[in-house]
Amino acid sequence: MVLIDFFSAVGDVLSSESTYINGALFAALLAFAATGEWVAERSGTLNISVEGMLLSGAFAGALGYHLAESVAVGLVLGAIGGLIIAVVQAEMSHRLTADQFVVGLTLNILVVGLTGFLDREIDPRADYASEVEIPILVDIPLFGQALFGEPWPFYLLYGLVPLSWWLVYRTRWGLELRAAGENPQSADVSGIDVNRRRRQSIYYAGLTSGLGGAYFLFARLATFDDSVIGGQGFIAIAAVIFGGWTLWGTMGGCVLFAGALSFQLSLQGLGYELNTELLQALPYLVTIGAMAIFARRVRPPAALAQPFIRGLK
Amino acid sequence: MTRGARAAEWVVLYALSIVVALAISSVIVEATGGDWWPVLEALVDGSIKAPGRWGETLGVAAPLLLVALGTVISAKAGLINIGQEGQLLMGAAFAVYFSFRIGGPGPLNVVLLLLFGALGGAVWASAAGLLRYWRGVPEVLSTLLLVFVALQAVGYGLKWQWLLLADEASRGNRNLVSEQLAKNNRIPRPDIFGNEFPITVYVALALALAVAYVLARTVWGFRLRMLGHNPRAAQRSGVSSTVYGATALAIGGAFAGLAGAAMFAGGGFSFGNYRLVPGFSDNIGWTGLLVALMARERALPAVVAAFVFAMLRTGAGFVNSTGVESRITDVVQGLLVLALLVPPAVVFLRDRRRARAAATERV
Repeated sequence: MVLIDFFSAVGDVLSSESTYINGALFAALLAFAATGEWVAERSGTLNISVEGMLLSGAFAGALGYHLAESVAVGLVLGAIGGLIIAVVQAEMSHRLTADQFVVGLTLNILVVGLTGFLDREIDPRADYASEVEIPILVDIPLFGQALFGEPWPFYLLYGLVPLSWWLVYRTRWGLELRAAGENPQSADVSGIDVNRRRRQSIYYAGLTSGLGGAYFLFARLATFDDSVIGGQGFIAIAAVIFGGWTLWGTMGGCVLFAGALSFQLSLQGLGYELNTELLQALPYLVTIGAMAIFARRVRPPAALAQPFIRGLK
Repeated sequence: MTRGARAAEWVVLYALSIVVALAISSVIVEATGGDWWPVLEALVDGSIKAPGRWGETLGVAAPLLLVALGTVISAKAGLINIGQEGQLLMGAAFAVYFSFRIGGPGPLNVVLLLLFGALGGAVWASAAGLLRYWRGVPEVLSTLLLVFVALQAVGYGLKWQWLLLADEASRGNRNLVSEQLAKNNRIPRPDIFGNEFPITVYVALALALAVAYVLARTVWGFRLRMLGHNPRAAQRSGVSSTVYGATALAIGGAFAGLAGAAMFAGGGFSFGNYRLVPGFSDNIGWTGLLVALMARERALPAVVAAFVFAMLRTGAGFVNSTGVESRITDVVQGLLVLALLVPPAVVFLRDRRRARAAATERV
């Protein structure tokens, strides 16, 4: 009897629009961050400061709204907030040749401290972004509301993701960037400034992650707290790995991980307690499993996480 | 440049970058209406000057050093292990499981508990080793992802009495805690000049010497370094990258696990007060990784770096009393780490530029 109840609850959750709306909300946060992270990883940087970039973007977004009472200003400031972290990360690790993990881990700690500190001192107030419904499409059952009835910053994704794909696969810049990630020595010999491309790709990650943090603030929270991102940046990294360093695979990872989270939250709302630890660990376990199974076919950029210093191998 | 001038240059560079980092912190504090000097004084008081504090700092430095030593070993084999936080937590969980579900009382138990902790860390790191050498998954990714799996796994263990959770009588009104380690099972903390710290501090120092010696002076250490410098040459001369690499990863994990067990059995109030609690690892694994990387993956400089990082942690505890929001210490810590990265990079880049200029002149 209990089992039947449980399955009917699962059915309820799967057929309720709010599950998909919540899922789209989390997926969008992951997608903003993972798109940039994907670009950075294709150029050879395992950019673990993405967590800090998201948080910095969220805080800067709140600050922007606090100052100008405008979501658009908040989003712009959010992107700049992410960019500031990116500049520190890129300059330290790809100009000064400091270790990228030291810089990334330090920045994550620094941003939690700094935003927490400034939040107490300034206490910026934000608000929800207004929702925009796209006519006709929004009436699609189940998915319509989730994909076409969202707070307006959500729709930036529809431009950002194809743009990122085009930049990386269809421009000279993207080709050079991928060369820097696959074989920096050869790239260097053919006249590409490897570390410059890597820095630029980190800037890009900072912009998208900052935007993502600000989006999350305006779509879900409306008030800033230093725990709002709570490890989503690391899930975004897992999504890039899960996607096998392709953009569409990465987006698939974002949807899958966000879907699992939303599914769990909805079930909790109905009073069913799933094994939360397992569900929280799921993105990482699935990613590890996918890598273990497809490791021979799905290959990271060959120079991922390896610094490039000309003349040193 | 003479040796003396070079040393002087290092001192000046480091002093300069530290001053800059502190200046930026002071600007942040003053700009938000706080007072900077009391914060700085509190940092120094909390880490060294106030009674009993340098012992506290040593007690924090010991696990940091242990984690860093493990990182040095795996880094020397050319492996990037960034999962110390999870390995440490697993070590602590293994030690807890052993203490309350298997072991008995007595000093032998303390040793076994530490060994079990090391085993836990080694198992967790070996999962990454297995993935790397069996399935070709880069260890930098698997170790990172396994951190978050470890956090959840230990969280799960703390929900069930047959795993880590204490029985109702000894957990009082708290949820998700293990039993408290009995007095005769703890690592001794002798009192020296009013400072007390666990004797694992000495163990960590001895291990630092041992690691430095083994890496520099033994065949095994030589082979490990060969593997790190040139895997292909190492393979040709009979050093199996699988055997040596997997061993190096496992040992690295064992050190982190040992640190976790030592924190549990001798950490006192700094770390859970002889209990495993949620958030037990408290960033010690991440910070230990930073220590190793700051020390440029060398065992003896890691001793100094571990103490510096421990000072920042213990000093932070005193900042609250100054009326400035204590989160500022995270900022100060982060800025200091970034500042400490600059001098070696500047010197390295300049030396290279000079060497290249000299080389072009010769041609």
